[in-house]
Formats: sequence, structure tokens, C-alpha cells
Amino acid sequence: MSLVFAGIMSHAPGITGRADRAPAELRDGLYAAFGRLREALEAAKPDAVIILAAEHFGNFFMNNMPAYALGMGEEYDGPIEDTAWLRIPHRLVKGNADLSRRLITNILNTVDVSYAEEWRFDHGIMVPLNFLDPENKMTVIPGNINCQGPPLTPLHRVWAFGEAIRRAADAVPERIALIGTGGLINEDWDREFLGRWLENDKAALLSYTDEAIYRDAGQGGFEIRTFIATAAAARGKGELWFYAPIPIYAVGCTSAVMEIV
Amino acid sequence: MSLYQLSKLLYTLNRDEAEQARFRSTPEKVVADYRLTDEERNAVLNADIGLIYVLGVNGQILMHFAALCGIEWADYLQQMRDGIKQHGPVRAGVYALMSSPDERVVK
Repeated sequence: MSLVFAGIMSHAPGITGRADRAPAELRDGLYAAFGRLREALEAAKPDAVIILAAEHFGNFFMNNMPAYALGMGEEYDGPIEDTAWLRIPHRLVKGNADLSRRLITNILNTVDVSYAEEWRFDHGIMVPLNFLDPENKMTVIPGNINCQGPPLTPLHRVWAFGEAIRRAADAVPERIALIGTGGLINEDWDREFLGRWLENDKAALLSYTDEAIYRDAGQGGFEIRTFIATAAAARGKGELWFYAPIPIYAVGCTSAVMEIV
Repeated sequence: MSLYQLSKLLYTLNRDEAEQARFRSTPEKVVADYRLTDEERNAVLNADIGLIYVLGVNGQILMHFAALCGIEWADYLQQMRDGIKQHGPVRAGVYALMSSPDERVVK
């Protein structure tokens, strides 16, 4: 039917793995914001949720690194990490290979996305699922943008990928939700970036260079790609539901939604 | 310098439980499967996080190896900082590509 929901959230492993070591009021505020995101996602009644992540060498490695990938499996599993370290229990996650195939076929008209019939979720997808789907009832389609092993895909292509996801979502009869998940890391820089994102200011979003991102924000900043693709897909303005740096989680913790236009 | 081989060893360890078991029992056999320099081989066998970081392994791979070795988060961060003090700036990989000598330790 169409894209029915778009949001972004952080996924750093410390959010669950080192949950108790943050100030309680910060952690509770973050968890509440993630809970609000879950309620909004459920209210949109999606048939499938695309979690657009920046995975960290769980599945894709420098032997054959795709710039863009989407899952095309009937099921997935995770976390790939030690469950005691991440403090998220192992689960099988329901996919929809037929829906994936139709989305991928459409996206391939403009973006050479890879597909993967096997995908073991790392914390980049498991942390979001832990909060958005605690009962493990959603149908999930994992997506990935290489934000880890340079050369990284340029931001104008990230925008094109987001637009392609939107066209594909609008072309299938199912209701599709999109969650972009990445890691901000440096408070002043993060707030500046989120300002651009909330305004959906394409020119400002695409004006970053990786050298400047690394210098000013660190490696996690490369993962703004998932947020930028989400903005390209949604086309509207954003609404920030939570932002606070939580150092022990090693991330500027973020939760936001974007109007679908 | 064989950063790709070193990274691949740690990537494989991170995601393969059978390989983790083999690494616990006979680590010297695991490292022998990769074309490593003596420095790289010893860094892995000694779980020398600081040196592996300086050799250029991506933190998104290294943090899981540190966890596998039972190294706490704060100690992991400190060992990377100490590695730079001891061995100098990161020599290869994403951090060397992008960084100035004023090195930062990433998440």
C-alpha cells in the first residue's frame, strides 16, 4: 500500500548491555522514548518493518562488501553477539521473502542493492527490535548501508537509496514501516545534524564529508547514512522525541519520527 | 602488514562459535590459518587490544574480540588509548585514513 511509518533510533550495544550503569533518570527517559516509538509503530499497523541498519561486520565483510543490502529470507536470527554481553536473548525473527523480493526488484530500477537470504542480526538490529518488538511478533526486513568499511557510499547515493525504498514501499500492497538506526556520538555535532534532519534539509544533510564527520563526530557519525535514507523515504519534517548523550552507552541516544509526505 | 588477514581472523572469531572454542583450546592453530606478521600473531595471542587497534583493526570488530577475551568496556577503551601512547598513531585502516595525529578513541 505505502510507507506508513518512519522513525529513527540509536542501537549502541551499551543501551542494553550496560543498561544499569547509566544514570537511572537518563536511562528511564530513553527507554520511555523507545516505548513511545513502539506504540506509534504499532498504531501504524505495518505488515512489515524495514530496519535500516549500519551493521558491524556481523554478515558483511571486506571480502565482498555491499554498499546496500536488503534481507530476502523467510526468517532471521540474532543476536550474533554473546547474549550475556548484549543482554538480549536469542530469537528467531519472522521475515517475508516474497515481499522482500518485490521490494528489491523495484529498488533495483535505480539502486544496485544486494540481497541476502541469510542474515544474522547484530546489535544494530537487535537493540531496536528489543524495544520495538519485545514480543517478537513483527515481520522484519533487514536493510544495511555500509557505514564501517571504507570506501563508503556517498551521501547523495544514500538519498537515492531512501527514495528507492519509498517508491518500492508505495508499489506493494502491504503497509511498510521504516526504522533507520545509527549512532551519533558527539553532542554539539549531533544536535546540529538532528536540526538538519528534523527540517529534512536535503542540501544540508548531503553536505557532510566523511573526513569532516570523522574529525568532528567520530566513527559513529558515518552511520548518519541510515537517518538520511529515512528522511529521503519519508519526505516530511521530523519530530525529536529524545536526545541525550549517555557516555557509558557510547552514543548520543536518539529517538525521533518523521511525517510521511 | 596484513590488516585484512588480521581483521578476517577476528571477524571469523566474532561470529563462529566453533572457531571460538578452537581459539580457547589451541589459539596457535587458529592464528596459523592466516597470513600474519609475527607482530600481528603475537598481538592476537596476547589479546593485546592496544596494539591491534594501532595495527588498524576496526573498533566494530575489535570490541567483540575484547569482550570474547573478557575485557571490560572501560578497560577496552583504556587499552586503546594506552596502545597509541605505547605504539604511536594508528598505522592503517579506517582510523589512519581519516584521522589526524591527535588520535581519538571511538565507541
